[in-house]
Amino acid sequence: MTAAGTLRAALAATLLLAVSAAGVIASAAAPALDAARSGPCVEDPLVMRREHMDFLKHDRDDTVRRGIRGVKHSLAACVDCHASKSDGRVLGSDRHFCQGCHRYAAVKLDCFDCHAASARPSATAAAAPAPAPVPGAAR
Amino acid sequence: MNPVDKRRRDFLGQATAIAGAMIAPGVFLYDYAHAKSPGEPASGKVRWGMLIDTTKCESGCRDCVDACNKENGLPGTTRPTDSQWIRKVELKDLRSGKAISAPVMCQHCAEPPCVDVCPTGASFKREDGIVLVDRHTCIGCRYCVMACPYKARSFVHEPTTGQKPDVPRGKGCVESCTLCVHKVDRGGTPSCVEACAAAGHHAIVFGDLNDPESAISKRVRAVATTQLRADLRTDNGVRYQGL
Repeated sequence: MTAAGTLRAALAATLLLAVSAAGVIASAAAPALDAARSGPCVEDPLVMRREHMDFLKHDRDDTVRRGIRGVKHSLAACVDCHASKSDGRVLGSDRHFCQGCHRYAAVKLDCFDCHAASARPSATAAAAPAPAPVPGAAR
Repeated sequence: MNPVDKRRRDFLGQATAIAGAMIAPGVFLYDYAHAKSPGEPASGKVRWGMLIDTTKCESGCRDCVDACNKENGLPGTTRPTDSQWIRKVELKDLRSGKAISAPVMCQHCAEPPCVDVCPTGASFKREDGIVLVDRHTCIGCRYCVMACPYKARSFVHEPTTGQKPDVPRGKGCVESCTLCVHKVDRGGTPSCVEACAAAGHHAIVFGDLNDPESAISKRVRAVATTQLRADLRTDNGVRYQGL
């Protein structure tokens, strides 16, 4: 094979690799998550996907340090809305909102080492009939 | 003076006069403490405190402790490594035989030693006098546990389950009585106070020590009350009657 032929073969192989990689990306569908409660999120979903951690970090200091309750970006409010209708939680399987997306994005999720992963009773009462979360299993 | 300068001066003078007239009515440079709405920040005009009447506190009664455990999602077990936000302390004067029972929890000092020693700023005092741990910044060094003269702080040794949405808690952080800050911020009272009243003892009064008209201020004015270890000059928000 001539030098030009080698080059052409290498190029073709590279192109093939690139095409197959693109195929992989296209086939990686968004995670299937249990539906949240109806109604718009506090921000545009695209903004939330990118920046929810910053919103939460900002508003947590307002609540913990300054005592402002009912902030716009409150973790408890996130959980209330996004808890699965089947068990009222955001963790448990890859269909659960927080766990499913964090697993898809391969980002460690440690909020719920301390915070409750179940919707508040007031929130579940207002939503569709969801069985009460098991108290001992809130983790 | 050129005509442009004069026009500017006249305009500025008139604008200032008009702005002054519009702002002046309804502007007060002083304000009294008032009930906080949940969305408002804690105010430095308020100093939350508790008065515990040891003459009404029944020996052996643990209603306040149980209510605290329930409200804050604590396991309620009392092994050496378990969290205890309130301890019931029983004292007896051997000579006279006089026995005293009282709950001891975080005393919410005005000069808290736990805040002085904290290396990360996680231990802090809110504007309204409530001493808290910001678990986001706590590294679990336990200096504050050592510094507290009242043995009020606990370290969480094991993974936690059953947290309440309003009271996050987890392994590796220090914690103590929050004066049920999540309820107080919404206009409520701490759970121990409610439980004590529900049991008919009414041994704990909660309120604003800075408000001369509050029930707690009136009691503190009327009867002799003491702060634990007043010699340390930590100026506790929790006071005791009948010690």
